[in-house]
Amino acid sequence: MLRFLLRRSVSTLLVLLVLSAVVFLLFYATPGDPAILACGKGCDGERLAVVRHKLGTDLPLWQQYWHFLQGLVAGRDYDAGTDVTHCAAPCFGYSFQTDQPVLGMITSRLPVDVSLTLGAMVIWLVVGVGTGVLSALRRGGITERLLTGLTLAGMSTPVFLIGLLLMMLCCSWLGWLPFPQYVPFGDDPAAWASNLVLPWLSLALITAAAYARMTRSSMLETLAEDHIRTGRAYGLSERRVVTGHALRGALTPVITLLAIDVGGMLGGATLTESVFGFDGLGRLLVDSVNHIDLPVVVGVTLFAAFFIVLANAVADVLYAVADPRVALA
Amino acid sequence: MTERLLVDVRDLRVSFPVGIGTAGTGTVTAVDGLSFGLRAGESLALVGESGSGKSTAAFALLGMHRGTGAEVSGTVRVAGTDLATATDAELRRLRGNRIAMVFQDPLSALDPYWSVGAQIAEVHRVHTGASRRASRARAVEVLDRVGIPDAARRAGAHPHEFSGGMRQRALIAMALACEPEVLVADEPTTALDVTVQAQILDLLHDLRQQTGMALLLVTHDLGVVAGATDRVMVMQDGRAVEHGSVQSVLRAPERPYTRALIEAVPRLEARRSAPPVSEEVLLRVEDLHRHFPAPRAAASAAASLSGPGQAPGSGEPSGEAEETGAPAGRPAAPSGGLGRLLGRRPRHRAVDGVTLEVRRGETLGIVGESGSGKTTLGRMMVRLTEPTSGRILLDGRDIAAAGERELRPVRRDLQMVFQDPVSSLNPRRSIGDSIAEPLLAGGTGGAAARSEVQGLLERVGLPAAWYDRYPHEFSGGQRQRVGIARALAVRPRLIVCDEPVSALDVSTQAQVVQLLGELQQEFGLALVFIAHDLAVVRQVSDRVAVMRRGRVVEQGDADTVYDSPQHPYTRRLLAAVPVLDPDEAAVRRRARAALRALDRSEGGEEAQAVA
Repeated sequence: MLRFLLRRSVSTLLVLLVLSAVVFLLFYATPGDPAILACGKGCDGERLAVVRHKLGTDLPLWQQYWHFLQGLVAGRDYDAGTDVTHCAAPCFGYSFQTDQPVLGMITSRLPVDVSLTLGAMVIWLVVGVGTGVLSALRRGGITERLLTGLTLAGMSTPVFLIGLLLMMLCCSWLGWLPFPQYVPFGDDPAAWASNLVLPWLSLALITAAAYARMTRSSMLETLAEDHIRTGRAYGLSERRVVTGHALRGALTPVITLLAIDVGGMLGGATLTESVFGFDGLGRLLVDSVNHIDLPVVVGVTLFAAFFIVLANAVADVLYAVADPRVALA
Repeated sequence: MTERLLVDVRDLRVSFPVGIGTAGTGTVTAVDGLSFGLRAGESLALVGESGSGKSTAAFALLGMHRGTGAEVSGTVRVAGTDLATATDAELRRLRGNRIAMVFQDPLSALDPYWSVGAQIAEVHRVHTGASRRASRARAVEVLDRVGIPDAARRAGAHPHEFSGGMRQRALIAMALACEPEVLVADEPTTALDVTVQAQILDLLHDLRQQTGMALLLVTHDLGVVAGATDRVMVMQDGRAVEHGSVQSVLRAPERPYTRALIEAVPRLEARRSAPPVSEEVLLRVEDLHRHFPAPRAAASAAASLSGPGQAPGSGEPSGEAEETGAPAGRPAAPSGGLGRLLGRRPRHRAVDGVTLEVRRGETLGIVGESGSGKTTLGRMMVRLTEPTSGRILLDGRDIAAAGERELRPVRRDLQMVFQDPVSSLNPRRSIGDSIAEPLLAGGTGGAAARSEVQGLLERVGLPAAWYDRYPHEFSGGQRQRVGIARALAVRPRLIVCDEPVSALDVSTQAQVVQLLGELQQEFGLALVFIAHDLAVVRQVSDRVAVMRRGRVVEQGDADTVYDSPQHPYTRRLLAAVPVLDPDEAAVRRRARAALRALDRSEGGEEAQAVA
């Protein structure tokens, strides 16, 4: 276990390093001068050179990357001779458009995505896995056909449609819920939850469909296995066979899917955030791409990647816990 | 009154619906008017080829066809309960409690997520309502009863940590948990090595003697019947064609079908009527090694097994020692500390210094149990696997370390036929295309290749018109013929056949073996015949090598090795081969019991020597 964690951490660092280099190259090599944008309107040549120097964009690309890595470890000073902007370690860069360190921008929005993802996850697991198990057990019946239909509908409906419909129904017609607005959990847990119900539902409904399909097929596969026949041949009730033996085998593959989804959403659920007007990482990324705020783009991308790598490592551990045949290596 | 029939089957018919939807609905009758009875302590074998309906009949005894769409008629009474009218709950109370089933493939028959002990305890608890603790204790008790060493601790192990033989023991233990009156065993030894097969059959025999339960044994191999049951029923196409005592049926079969089945059983005494074989060496391997990283689970299992004063598997009856869960016979260079942290694992010596030669036009048989390294050796001989060290001389030229480019001209000479004809053929290509592929790669034109492949198909006994058929349309024996045709296509000089007949019915085995012999004569082929079945190997081989734990323990002329085996391991293998004569079988069973008793005392000494 210790060995696994050690090796996994090293490989995570390597992945992030390679990724950061690629992202760096990609975004800094794109046309558009960050210095001009940072400098603002009516900026003359001399002033521009100062800003360039401060941002470090006058240096060769590899040196810029090296400074970026240095900043991560030791912090960094953006020095234009007259004014010095300090960015404490770990420094993911500094956004001169908003005049904030990138890390702060990310961490201030992170709770939005964490709340959104984890809450939605609970709902989609219950709905998706429940639907999947039920349609596997009622195979060929009317229940299954109904559930398959709903699943398909859920899968093919865009989140903005579901989100808007839900808001129309619950907020404006019935008036059951407030129009969603993010309230931090620490401020008022009840308001936090009631504001998040609709975003959770819309995110969960579109995601649950994939889980329903996967659970159904892996449940059917497991039910056809020989050891299920053994259970029946030894007089176990159908309920025991399903809950005690089939379910565990059927749910193990769900872990992998869950890791990909949760990892991805923590790095920003852009559409859902936009529909409900939440300021999460997804919107931050979109905004900074629009404004060519490159340090923020690099920072958010790295964070998103980190979540995906982390979620997959967690999934591997869970998988080994769930399936005794799998050894961590 | 003990004359009460425990199992009473009358005019049983089972049919399955087929071709739903497209081809209209029809039914296939798997069992057609079967009747038999079993009293306490009696044993009956249902024998027949695949598709004869024997397993279907066995499943009917547990009412397993209920809810599957199969149509069952006739009466089946088990312990006084009519299965046709019993409620689901009544059926459940019967299953595993009064009649229990042992399945063919013990790995897939056990739940991989549960420990073996927990699965057995669950069955006991469901039927007796005993406490968790009592059921756990019962599980350990029955595991111990079936000969699992250190049962209290091994009860916590998962099925994948058990060897094939131990899994089958565990499944039998599960069947014993509630002391059933009837035990149904469906091909319980088909997936196992001869020595393990003998142990399992002996175990079933002893259990029946001690508990007085009735045994229904389902098998395709008449060879295992002689030592295992009192009566035998031969089935063909869902009907019983012959029924009687084992003595009368095996010694004086009345029906030609039964006679053919008996004929097909490979005999240890059967010599090969061999033509003079050239002394010229075609392929020679010298001090060949192949090491693999030991699987982690196995490595730790080996470590935990060899606790204080106990060598791995020493508590285990012999023969099964190799696969007590640790293929790592001798983990080389055990590492700890930093090496372990960096992922250096102990290495498993699959092939550990083998020297042997194959002469032109001869058949070299390689026998050994699972995990003895015979497949790895065979794959190295055709250079599908690269040796860790050693030399492979083809016509005196070393190809052990040759690169893919150098090997290309050699590939024509060395071909392989694989054990599983299903997975070694591409399901999405017609068999003709599969066979023609090496020809086309060798530059033969499309039309010429097609006619050549059709010729090959006819040569291996398949209609040339089947060129365009796909693997799923073939039976197991036919697929193996396709595999042989594919190996022949490039006119090789040596074919390594890796367990070519072990997945086939006994009668199909005989046909494939015969075909290989004919082709050998015709093309002057050298064959390496790898198998765990000693009788088959004797039938085909001029010379034999016996492998154990990666080494050749004995090699020589087939007659010499079989008639006067020198190594104790060879003797043990030979003693385990089932025989057709019931009296001889009983003699051998007693001999095996004596040998095991001897082993146990020797095993103890060995362990002490190791410690």
